[in-house]
Amino acid sequence: MSPTVTSPSTLLIACGALAREITVLRDNHGWHHFDVQCLPANLHNRPQLIPEKVREKIQAERPNFDRILVLYGDCGTGGLLDRVIEEEGVERIDGPHCYEFYTGAEKFQEMSDADPCSFYLTDYLVRHFDTLIIKGLGIDRFPQLLDDYFGNYTKLVYLAQFEDAGLKAQAQVAALRLGLEFDYIFTGYGGLESFIAPEITDLIKEAS
Amino acid sequence: MGEQENDLDLATLNDDELVQQMHDDLYDGLAEEIDTAVRILLDREWQPYDILTKALVEGMRIVGVDFRDGILFVPEVLMSANSMKAGMKILKPLLAETGAPKMGKMLIGTVKGDIHDIGKNLVAMMMEGAGFDVVDIGINNPVEKYLEAIEEHQPDILGMSALLTTTMPYMKVVIDALVEKGIRSDIEVFVGGAPLNEAFAESIGADAYCRDAAMAVETAKEMMSRRQGSASAAMAGSG
Repeated sequence: MSPTVTSPSTLLIACGALAREITVLRDNHGWHHFDVQCLPANLHNRPQLIPEKVREKIQAERPNFDRILVLYGDCGTGGLLDRVIEEEGVERIDGPHCYEFYTGAEKFQEMSDADPCSFYLTDYLVRHFDTLIIKGLGIDRFPQLLDDYFGNYTKLVYLAQFEDAGLKAQAQVAALRLGLEFDYIFTGYGGLESFIAPEITDLIKEAS
Repeated sequence: MGEQENDLDLATLNDDELVQQMHDDLYDGLAEEIDTAVRILLDREWQPYDILTKALVEGMRIVGVDFRDGILFVPEVLMSANSMKAGMKILKPLLAETGAPKMGKMLIGTVKGDIHDIGKNLVAMMMEGAGFDVVDIGINNPVEKYLEAIEEHQPDILGMSALLTTTMPYMKVVIDALVEKGIRSDIEVFVGGAPLNEAFAESIGADAYCRDAAMAVETAKEMMSRRQGSASAAMAGSG
């Protein structure tokens, strides 16, 4: 949908896994200066499709916006998304995946170095654990594959964006189901908030 | 699998029908049926190498084609692979006894920081199926472990695998170490994993990017025949 405002307009093209978080940030801060359009989160099960889907969206919406920001990590595209970002002349949030921009690069690196056998969930992944993990990996149809997928993991780490006892309990159940230890780290919105905030400040200045 | 199919007695099928049925059972991920069928063919005095190539490898080739074409997905391929594994478990010791032809040797492992071994295991199994000796050094390998294993096993091919964007750059660390030790030209380096691509493989100085297990096998066969061709030419030249 094209915006009708006369001030510079910005579009955030985001992974569907971030839609709820972006909406919460927008509502909390009163950031109503940008539009958000999401691509399906289940593209992560076939990350090779992400770069061209993002390119299609950029090209379709470029006539309608002055500026486009992309809220995707590299997300397993092996640098191909960055090539699209460069070719299309837009900007992307830093980081290889959403775990890292929630925790911060340094902290995530420390965690990975200390224990590469951790499986990470965010609020979104906890909410959609059955659809994306259990059904997405075919464990509902082939329970015997659980060990093929998770045999090398020892721990499930829930990186929480929002403090919610219900979600925490769901994450604990998920850990139990995968046969993993459970760890909980509250990250808040981390780099997601700090990536959007300066853009919004600029927009407000330009508009006033 | 339906009840009717459950009632199918594999022993009543002739050889051609049984091999065809094995292709179907591999496609459907039926490990028990594959186990049974392999034993039936052995009882009929089939050579282990023929069972491997005509029934199992050919069946997995069909699975690989449909995976590449987006008809089958990872869970189905894993079920097929586990079925092939059931057959390989019976055949492997027999293949060693009967002196099946050997294509070459591959050392394979996931890089430091990466514990995702589904792709690596598929490649290892398909390479074994194609007649390669495979030395699997497992997951989360630092460069030192690769170098020690290369020295010990003297492979023709080094296969490195990574699933994470954050771990794939470590492949270059290993390749650089091979260069530094002066052994880079002795070994072909294959890389693979979901986030990798041709451009990345080229940028780190790998010899080949293998997008799936079938391609790893094809590339390895081509590479070995090229090597053998070069060796023959060198011998002819010096003769």
